[in-house]
Parts: sequence; structure tokens; C-alpha cells
Amino acid sequence: MASLGGEALTVTHVEKKKKPPARYWEDPPQQAGNGDNNRGTDGEQAGRQTEQQTPKAKKRKENEDRGDGNKFLSGKADRFPGPAPIPEDRLQKFKRKEKMKKPRRQHYKLKDMIARSEENSEMSQIQAARLDLLLPEDAGFLEGDEGEDTCTISQEDIAESVDITSKTKYFDLKLSQFGPYRVDYSQTGRQVLLGGRRGHIACIDWQSKQLTCEINVMESVNDVKWLHSEAMYAVAQKKWLHIYDSNGIELHCIRKFNDVLRMQFLPYHFLLATASATSFLQYLDVSVGKEVAAICTKTGRLDVMCQNPQNAVIHLGHANGTVTLWTPNQKEALVKMLCHHGAVRSVAVDKTGTYMVTSGMDKKLKVFDIRTFKPLKSYFLPAGASCLSLSQRGLLSAATGDIVQVYRDVWSTPVTKPYMAHRVQKTVWGTHFCPFEDVLGVGHGDGFTSMLIPGAGEPNIDGLDANPFRSAKQRQEWEVKALLEKVQPELISLNPTELGMVDRAASEIKHQDRVKALGFDPLAKVKFVPKYKKKGRSSSGNIEKRKRQVGHEDQRDDIRKTAEDRVKIEKERRQKEKKEAVLSSQKSALDRFRK
Amino acid sequence: SHQMKVKVLSRNPDDYVRETKLDIQRVPRNYDPTLHPFEVSREYTRALNATKLERVFAKPFLASLDGHRDGVNCMAKHTKSLSTLLSGSCDGQVKVWNLTKRECVRTLQAHEGFVRGMVVRSCGTSFFTVGDDKTIKHWKMEAPGYGEEEEPLNTILGKTVFTGLDHHQKDAVFATCGQQVDIWDERRSSPIRSFTWGVDSFSAVRFNPVETELLASCASDRSIVLYDMRESAPLKKVIMTMRSNTLCWNPMEAYYFTCSNEDYNLYTYDMRYLDQPVTVHMDHVSAVLDVDYSPTGKEFVSASFDKTIRIFPKDGGHSREVYHTKRMQHVICIKWSADNKYILSGSDEMNIRLWKANAAEKLGVLAPRERQATNYSQKLKEKFQHHPQIRRIAHHRHLPKSLYHQTKELRVMKEARRKKERNVRKHSRPGSVPLLSEKEKHVVTVVK
Repeated sequence: MASLGGEALTVTHVEKKKKPPARYWEDPPQQAGNGDNNRGTDGEQAGRQTEQQTPKAKKRKENEDRGDGNKFLSGKADRFPGPAPIPEDRLQKFKRKEKMKKPRRQHYKLKDMIARSEENSEMSQIQAARLDLLLPEDAGFLEGDEGEDTCTISQEDIAESVDITSKTKYFDLKLSQFGPYRVDYSQTGRQVLLGGRRGHIACIDWQSKQLTCEINVMESVNDVKWLHSEAMYAVAQKKWLHIYDSNGIELHCIRKFNDVLRMQFLPYHFLLATASATSFLQYLDVSVGKEVAAICTKTGRLDVMCQNPQNAVIHLGHANGTVTLWTPNQKEALVKMLCHHGAVRSVAVDKTGTYMVTSGMDKKLKVFDIRTFKPLKSYFLPAGASCLSLSQRGLLSAATGDIVQVYRDVWSTPVTKPYMAHRVQKTVWGTHFCPFEDVLGVGHGDGFTSMLIPGAGEPNIDGLDANPFRSAKQRQEWEVKALLEKVQPELISLNPTELGMVDRAASEIKHQDRVKALGFDPLAKVKFVPKYKKKGRSSSGNIEKRKRQVGHEDQRDDIRKTAEDRVKIEKERRQKEKKEAVLSSQKSALDRFRK
Repeated sequence: SHQMKVKVLSRNPDDYVRETKLDIQRVPRNYDPTLHPFEVSREYTRALNATKLERVFAKPFLASLDGHRDGVNCMAKHTKSLSTLLSGSCDGQVKVWNLTKRECVRTLQAHEGFVRGMVVRSCGTSFFTVGDDKTIKHWKMEAPGYGEEEEPLNTILGKTVFTGLDHHQKDAVFATCGQQVDIWDERRSSPIRSFTWGVDSFSAVRFNPVETELLASCASDRSIVLYDMRESAPLKKVIMTMRSNTLCWNPMEAYYFTCSNEDYNLYTYDMRYLDQPVTVHMDHVSAVLDVDYSPTGKEFVSASFDKTIRIFPKDGGHSREVYHTKRMQHVICIKWSADNKYILSGSDEMNIRLWKANAAEKLGVLAPRERQATNYSQKLKEKFQHHPQIRRIAHHRHLPKSLYHQTKELRVMKEARRKKERNVRKHSRPGSVPLLSEKEKHVVTVVK
């Protein structure tokens, strides 16, 4: 009796401990649900317990249990259990590498390391893709009426139908005196730099329409380019290259760079690449003010130039219809492509570094895949095109005379009509898409026109890179960071991810390079020189004998090796013969029944 | 007139700029890879900068504790207090140091002649010392009150000189070594067990931190002997080509121990397979005198007669770090602090030196962003560690001229020996001169 009582006591005690007071924010207790339901789940659980054998099954079961726990107050189950699915294309966007091949079994440490790194990269890919869904802005677009071409819609109409701020982004600057103008927007897209052929330079905060500085250099101007920030810009003048600050004060006159016609600035390398009339391609490191490389391209006047923003390779177009690719590390062109019959008029490379668009005197507009260097599309434009430029989202602007045409999807679908078109007062001299805005700046003989091109700019900015809204302090910090991680010019190559790859160059190739660098083969066998022995034992006969001895030994090694090789070859041959004999003897499956 | 649909990018600056001056700046992010070109080259540049900065900030020496009037012969970590260190010198003096204040808090004349060994009891309230005067003394950790005399709690008079001492992890049992290995109960004045195996002296004895009944000792007949306290005879021993001075168990994987050898190398053994060491750690250019593991068991530090301290990864053949100063003489004893941050070295010229375990580490509390930046640069350094330029910078260490030349000389000697061996092999009957790996070379035999 006593023991029974004791049991009862313990039972009550345990129950007391197991049942904490019910809280409304916690899950409802099982009894609160429907009786039938309850029985059903019980049955399920019993079934599961019988299943539970492998650890995997156990894990699955745990997951399911957790799913059951996520019930709402009403008793309904979560209709969208687990993490939200991510669209495949978003995942693809952040994919950086293919999965690695698994190493052999004995490299267990390496295997483990690879597995962990792959896990991490996959997680970061998923996280980035998830974050991508939360980006605040959407790209612009333009859709006409049914049957209406978007290219017939005039700028005025677009400006009428958009908001006031955007409306002010369509404007004309009438500067007929010193034109035609070259145009360049700064990295952030806040400032525009205009360079008139007849010496007029102007920096404008184009959104607020405030003039930052305006000078006349009293000399012809070939090209203008912003350097890394809005504080400095380079002007290619008649004779030398000059650098000015945002107040229009001349900081440097660089006499090493003469007759410059076109310039490109490589922002991550702090390099200003210039192409001159004397066929020189020169690189200026603007952080230290030193010339990094001067390459004589031997191809005549260089007035067609662009850069590949993904790998910082400079593309030059030539009068003989070729486009050549250059880096500061090599005196020869990396690639020479024949793109046109007749001179190349303009070249542009898209933001992803995949496509190159060229136009030539043969009135053709061609699209190339520069990963394979193969032509993708070829269009015939009756008037030909000059001043190509590509926007961040891949819109192509081409100028034909005084008309600016904008094309969409030139590389994916055959294009018949332009996306937009606009006529300016005089011949177009320079075009540039404003980064992070739906704006195209057009410099022409009669000044500057800022056009609205919906869908041109990248909608979402990255605050740590080029941020149009950055404060002075943020700009300073960015500048210091950018200078600290300035990429050295030696790292420019066609494949920018090469640095992160394993160098699989055969040791032989490495050795050859070493021989080339040293001028002699460090591993070459030194010819045997017998030592001079003292105490009269070193007669010339003895020396000769010793020499011969060593020589014989080496010879013997060689002979032994060749003999071994011969035996090996013979063995292989015999095995092969044997195999063949076996194969020829088995003519058919039924041969074995024959006698 | 047109029925067109148009949307042009038009951002509200209020969404991108902070509201008031007291707010932090807004930083919208877009991780699109095409917006961030050259990511590999930029990471590489960051890694290069981080490596350079690491070398710039590598200032490992923190403090020198002076006060001993003879060379420091042994040291002991306090088992409970991070800031306390005990040291014993060759004139029989024991000093207790406060490391945060970097001063001596207590001095006592423990022995006549050398203090040979020292160990703090696991509870941290008392410690034991052994000396050349054939005594084991048990001291209170607290300093005697005003007017009280400095006296040991207990003194045991032994028959022979004791050369080393270690205390059991939990029990009131300790082990000494001298002409034999003795196991003592704290409450008794004679050993509860004595082990001998035909050798005349031992130089160090260490309890295993996990299998607490196991212990290992270094003997002067070039052997390392393993014992089980519960058995009456030793377990097994490995005989090497040269004598080992001290040994230390890996605190995390306690089946490994590392011994410091007279032949300039350290050897990590697996207790279960003594027939060849797991790793041979080379870099010192003179006899290695002491070794101590970091509490994480990933690295250990060694003290050498060549006046340097080296830090080795537990499975690396070469050291990752070398510490030396102009004034530091032969380093006799070394300890890695229990918080994994500091290294303490006692040397011949009467000083105890306090070093950082990671030479470039910033001490003190780090702000979260600072810590994040450190972690990031650490990862980058790891990622690009095999690139030649980064490796050159990361591995470069300035060495004193004599040491540099000695290293070079040793390398030449080794190469010559290898060449000779090659020639001997070439001119012998095939198979009569076997190829021996570095691991196999130094083990003579294993006796069970």
C-alpha cells in the first residue's frame, strides 16, 4: 500500500513539473484541438516512429514535427513552410564559379576545406539573391500605344508625362560659340563635364543646373574626362594633357602626353589611358602622377577608343577596320580583330564585359561577343553611326549626323527599329549615358542636350561604391579606401578572375621561363671537372682516367634507362597484341559452341 | 495626347540621405557583381595591404620582468589566476609576479642551489617546488602576514636530487623525477610508487591532462618513457638518437605530446604509435630547452639555447614565428598563458619576458567594427596566402646575423649530408642503403 501511495505521489509530482501555466502567446495545447484531428496526428506519429530508422529519417521527422509546431491559433498549418524559394535567374546572377571536382580520397583535409568553402559561397549566393528581391527601386520603361512605335514619341511628350524632377532632366544648353562638345559624366553621375572644341570647358551639377566652374583654355580641346572623383578632370588639349580641379585651376600640364585625341579613365586602377595622334597609347597613374606605360601601337592616328569595364582592357579602333585590345603590360596588342571593311568609327563595350558594339565607315553596326571574339549581329545603318555608347542596362545610343538613336537589346534579338530617336540642332560630337539615371547627355555643334531615356540607368545604387547621394565625409572616406585598394596595373588581363585561380602551368613551362629569365639553365648538369689532387697523384693520365670513369658512369645510366624503356615498350606491345588476339578470337558469342 | 506608359528613374533624396545630423549615414547596398568589377584583384590588394600592415604592427615584445638575481630556471602558471606567474631561479629564489602590474609581489628563498621544478596545485591555493638541495617543499600561495615567517607548509627530504615536478590534475598526488620517477601522495613523506627502467636520471615528468593517470618523462638515455600510475612498471619507451629535454602534452588532443630535443628539433608523437613521430618540427639552430602548448592545442611555443623563441603550428614542420631580442640570452623555460594571448619566457640573463602570442594582434577590447575588420582581413590573408608576393612578406622575419648565418650553415650541412647519402646509395648494391624519411631517422627503437 505504501509503495502504491508513493507511486501516486511521484506521478502527481511529475505532472506538476511537466505542465507550466498556459500562456496565450505559446502554442495551443494538443487537447485544445479537435478530437478527431488529435487522433489523426497521433496515428501519424506512431507511424513515423516505426519508420524512424536512419538518421536522415530522424532529421526529416524532426523537421516535420517543427512544421506541426508552427500552427496558428486557429489550428491551421503554415501554408508556406520553410524559407521562401528564390528564382533561378536571381541565383544565376550571383553565381561566381562552377562546383569544384572532388579530390581523391586521400586528400581528406583538402576535401573538407573545399566542401566548407563551397558551402559558404553557396550561402552567400543565396543571401545575395534574397537581398536582391528587396532592392527598393525598379528600372524605368517606355511603352507606346498599341501599334505605336516608341521611337516616334518625342522628348517633349515624355517630359510632359513624367514627374517634375524628371522633367527638369530634359534640357538643352545652347552653346553655339565654342562647339562641338564632348561630354563626360562623373562616376556618380552628379556632375557633367563639357569640353568644347574651341576651348570651352564647363563643369555643371546638371540636376540642380548649377555651374561648378567654367573656363576657356584658349586652345583646341580634343577630349575631356573626369578622374576618380568630382574634384579633378583631365583635358586633352591641342598639345599637352592638362589636369584641372573643380574650380578650374590648372593642377598639372603633363608634357609626356602630347597630341592626345581620346581618353579613358580606369577607376579601380587610377589609370588614365590616352590615345594620341602619334599612335601612342599611354597610361598615367593619377594617384602618383607617373606614366605607367607608353605603347607605340604603330597603327596611325588613334581617335577611336573605349574600355572594357570588367577587365580594364582598352579597345582601340583603327582606320583599316581592325579593333585591337591593349593592356599596359604588353607592348603588343592582346587581340586584333578585323571588324569592318573601312575605318572603325566608334567602339563601345557593355557593363558586363560580354559584348562589344562597333560601327564603321562601311555603314555597319556590329555586335561581337568578346569572350569568344565572334560576331553576333550585324546591322546596316544607311547613314552609318558614330559616337556609340552603352548604358548600364544595355541600351545603345548611336548618332547619325544630327540624330541620336537609342537601340534596345542589340545583342539578343534582331533589331529593326530604334527604341528612341531625337534630333539635335547640329552634328553630334559626343554622347554619354549618365550612370544611375535615365539620362543621355549629347554634346553637339550647338551645345549640349540632356535626353530622357527611360530604362537606361541602373536603378539601385551601391552606397559603398559610386554613391550619388554621398556626403563630403563619405566621399573622403571612399577616396581613402579606393586608393588603398588601388589595383596594380600589372593585374590587368583579359580574364580578371585569373588571379584567384590555381596556376596549373606545367613545371616544364615554369622551368623554361626560369631559363629565359636567368639566361642559363640552373638544373643543367655541370660537366665533370676532376679535382687536382696533391702529392703527385694527379698525373695527366690519372686525370684523364677519372674523367673517363665518370663519363662512363653517366653513359651507363643512360644505357640502363634506354634499356628499361625498351623493355617497357616491348611489354606494352606484347600486351596489346595479346589483347587484340583475344578480341579477334572472340568473333561471336556463339563461337564457343562450335567444334 | 499619347496613351503611352512611361517611368523614369526619379529617386527621392530623403530615402538616401540621413534625416538629421545625429543619424548615421544611409548606405544602400546592391550586390550585383557587374557593379563591383575586379573583385578578385581588389581582394588581393586588400590581402596584400593587410599582410603588410600585419608586419608593420608586429611588435610582440610587451614587458620584461626583472628582479631575479640569477638565471630563471623554471616557471609555473597559476591554475586559477591569469595574472599570476611563479618563477624559480638558479639561486634558489622563487618569485611570484603580478602580470597586469608587471611587478613582483612576493619573493622567497625556497632552496639552496637551483630551483629545479615548480607546480601550482590544481586548487590554486598552494604550490610545490623541488630543488638541488634534495627537498620537495609545499608552499602556501598567500604571502605570510605581517610578522609571520616565510615557511613552507611541508618539506619532504628526498634521497637524491629532484630535477622535475608535476601535479595530478585533480587528486592530491604529484610526481617528481630525478634518478627515478616517484609518485607522491601529498599527505605522506615517502613516495607511494617509484618507477625505474635502467636509467640513471630523468629531466622532466608530465601528467597527461585528460587520461590523468598517465604520465610521461624524458630520460637521459635519450628515451621518453610512458607510465601508468596504477601499474607498478612503466608502459613503454621510445629511444631517440639524441636526448629530449622536456615534453608537453597537447591539452586538446591529449594522445599527442611534443618533446624538445637536443638535436635542434621538436618531435610530436602519438602516444599510441611511438615507432615514429607524427611531425618533426625544425627551425631552431641549437638545442631546444622547453616547450609549452597553447590552451587551444593548435600551436606550441619552444625555447631554445639559440636565444630565440619559436611558435610552431601543431602539425607544421616549420615555425610560423620567431621572437628574439638583443639582450635575451639562452631561453631556459617557456609558458603559454591560459588565455591564449601571451607567452612568457625565462632566460639565462635573469629576466622574464612577456610576449604577445600573435605578434600583430591589437590588445584590449575591440570595437565590433574593428573586430569585424580584423576578421575580414584575417580571412583575406588566409585566402591569398599562397600568392608569391604575399607569402614572401608574410614569411619574412629579421634574424640576428649570427643566427641567420647559422641557419644557412645548417642548411648547407644538411644538403651536403644528403648529397653524400645519395652518392653512397648510388654506389651500393640496390636496396642496401634504404631511403629513410626525416621522421624515421631520429627514432632508434621502441621498447615495451
